[in-house]
Amino acid sequence: MIRFTHVSKQFGNGTQALRDVSFQVGKGEFVFLTGHSGAGKSTILSLISAHERPTEGDVRVAGLPIAQLRAAQVPRLRRRLGIVFQDFRLLEHRTAEENVAFALEVTGARPEAIQGKVMRVLTKVGLASKARAYPRELSGGEQQRVAIARALVNDPPIFLADEPTGNLDDRAAKIVFRLIRDIHAGGTTVVFATHALELVRAAQFRTLELKQGGLVYDSAEEQGVVA
Amino acid sequence: MNLPVREALRSFRRAPLLSALSVAAIAFSLFTTGLYGLVSLNFSQSIRTLAERVEVVAFVLRGTPAETITLAAQDVAAFPEVLDVTYVSEDQALERAQAELVEFREAYQDLTTNPLPASLEIRLKPEYRSAEHARAVADRLAGFGFVDDVRYGREWVERLDRIRRLGAVIQLVIGAAFILVAVAIIGVTIRITVFQRADEIAIMRLVGATNGFIRGPFVLDGAFKGLLGGVIAVALCRLVYDLFRLGLGVEFPDLAFFDAGGVLLIVLFGTLIGLTGSLLSVGRHLRQV
Repeated sequence: MIRFTHVSKQFGNGTQALRDVSFQVGKGEFVFLTGHSGAGKSTILSLISAHERPTEGDVRVAGLPIAQLRAAQVPRLRRRLGIVFQDFRLLEHRTAEENVAFALEVTGARPEAIQGKVMRVLTKVGLASKARAYPRELSGGEQQRVAIARALVNDPPIFLADEPTGNLDDRAAKIVFRLIRDIHAGGTTVVFATHALELVRAAQFRTLELKQGGLVYDSAEEQGVVA
Repeated sequence: MNLPVREALRSFRRAPLLSALSVAAIAFSLFTTGLYGLVSLNFSQSIRTLAERVEVVAFVLRGTPAETITLAAQDVAAFPEVLDVTYVSEDQALERAQAELVEFREAYQDLTTNPLPASLEIRLKPEYRSAEHARAVADRLAGFGFVDDVRYGREWVERLDRIRRLGAVIQLVIGAAFILVAVAIIGVTIRITVFQRADEIAIMRLVGATNGFIRGPFVLDGAFKGLLGGVIAVALCRLVYDLFRLGLGVEFPDLAFFDAGGVLLIVLFGTLIGLTGSLLSVGRHLRQV
């Protein structure tokens, strides 16, 4: 589903974010990306979502080569990805349901189909009763659940989470993580960047550890199971 | 409602102050340009009014038969530059002199013979009211055997030509400067709007919006603000025009305002600047992120 082959990424200011990183993530797999801040976790997610292009090497997502992706193909790729961030990135002037609906509207979905789908995902994340609430009226955990609902509404085969529990208290973080596990249980491939090691240890999923842009540990290799 | 339209309206509702400031900036930019346009329009109109006086007069030799003059007048009227030809007989010339030259009225009344010659007065079509064309017509008239002398106020017409040329250059340069400043101010205003919505654009891209989809509401928003700014600019120009015409106690009877085409041009110009400004600003932003 996702394949990195000898991938390096250097930003315009000279920062070497990734150095010769290679790994694969199979369909339906759950992978943690761990490492300190600046280790390269977010860069990997940015490469997967084509927000960045590799400086060297090859990144393939659902068979699409990111480096060669034409501008018109990028939106199509992103519609196959559900992405959530630490800072939620919700539109403040839209209600929860409008935020979720927005992800469908941009795909040109029929208006009559949107409402049903939106309520389905909001119910899934436990926020059907707060569909009309604006982000400022929701707690951090609830806002992240709206972001998850938005990420899920297009039924993406790949779900990317960039420190989704980083801004949340323990209880909210557990709820969000449980949700993402449920998404994975439904067959979705999940790449979850975090530095919350207790979460990683408790969940027992495959872990890729990054250090200064290099991949220093892959639990699957240790166990002899590489996708 | 169509999604880009809905999004454009939403942006108006969401940031009414910024939207109002954008419209105001566009309106005032177009207003100053429009005021300059009014000055320019009235200058051009004054020059045109002055140019109406450009006339070629062919004085006729005494004793020329009336039929000869009538036939010649028909020939002259067929010149491409000529608007109309008026025959002024010797008697009519004297009557006119007595009526118009009040200070010489008594002198004219004491005359035993009429010293004034008959003439053909030739008015030129508006596009031929220049020294060059007046001279060309005068030269051709001088070729007629019964024509004693031809006058067209050479110095005055040449001076008018110089004023007209200088005016055209000044109008063009200052007009272009006004338009450029308006475009720059409106462009900056629209860019501020785009920056203000940078997060929204990032989220649109995140969820897979195409560049075309992202541009849609911005372009509509910009076009609508430009349209509104254009309408307000025309209204302000009209206000200033009316103040000048009616409110200042000074009479400007011939002061002109834009005709329907001019008004439409300002409004369309505002709309076009708003539309292209948005298109360029969003496009630039999309290339950067």
